[in-house]
Amino acid sequence: MSKEKHHIVPYRVYIIILLALLALTFASIGITSIELGEFTVAGALLFAVIKSFLVLTYFMHLKYDKPYIKIMVAFVFAVFIVTIVITMLDYLYR
Amino acid sequence: MEKSTQIVHDHYDAEASKIGMWLFIFTELLLFGVLFIIYSVYRYMNSDAFHLAAEELDTFIGALNTVLLLISSMTIAMATTALQKRNKKLTLLLSSVTVVLGIVFLVNKYFEWGTKFSHGIWPGSEYMVATMSQGEILFFGLYFIMTGLHALHIIIGLIIIAFAMVRVSKGTVHADRAALLENAGLYWHLVDIIWIFLFPLFYLIT
Repeated sequence: MSKEKHHIVPYRVYIIILLALLALTFASIGITSIELGEFTVAGALLFAVIKSFLVLTYFMHLKYDKPYIKIMVAFVFAVFIVTIVITMLDYLYR
Repeated sequence: MEKSTQIVHDHYDAEASKIGMWLFIFTELLLFGVLFIIYSVYRYMNSDAFHLAAEELDTFIGALNTVLLLISSMTIAMATTALQKRNKKLTLLLSSVTVVLGIVFLVNKYFEWGTKFSHGIWPGSEYMVATMSQGEILFFGLYFIMTGLHALHIIIGLIIIAFAMVRVSKGTVHADRAALLENAGLYWHLVDIIWIFLFPLFYLIT
């Protein structure tokens, strides 16, 4: 069997990422409690996007995966976002 | 596929398993993605009603569940590290922490839904039809469908992790054959990501 190098992520990295995720969670609660009108949605979603990026990169190991897996995941997410944007544009400007 | 005649072939292929898991995750993304699009469109069409209805949800329980899921995601990720470091005890401990946190999440959800039910709020309830606007009914419909579907994923994730734990304790999942635990972790993180979006969309945007 091929003994491929398997990157072992240190516990420390996961703890740092968790702390960042918790900080972002509380920040998003904080930012939505102030009245920002239109920007509340954008703000909350921005925090959610940053959080999922951290989860994908570190918890889901993408940072240490082979490039083709990264590209595959990035491509699918890009297509997904484009689909949502086009749908929303259709509703906004029809 | 070749037929093995005498020797038991080892079909273990960590990379293929991982790709398989990712492909499955993409289909999950489509499943929830469609619901998120429906949410966005209805929200755009009924923004005031969505605001009003979202006030009904308890931000504290939502935030608590977010914290629980984030911690559980960390512990299942750490479990893989522990397995690779050949520390079976710690692997099992960390995965059981994940399982316990997942169950606590579901218990919170149970009480949260219970409160809604006791207020007469459930899909198609007379109270909703009589007192709420179309937008609020849509909000709660989406709330029950999306958090319900997410809770179902939590239950499935717990079963997968429990299954991986049994294999770890039996010794058939170990440092050189870690794929099952890793993929259980990937699935759990997906469930986490979905919640990361559900939480602000239902609880925070009031």
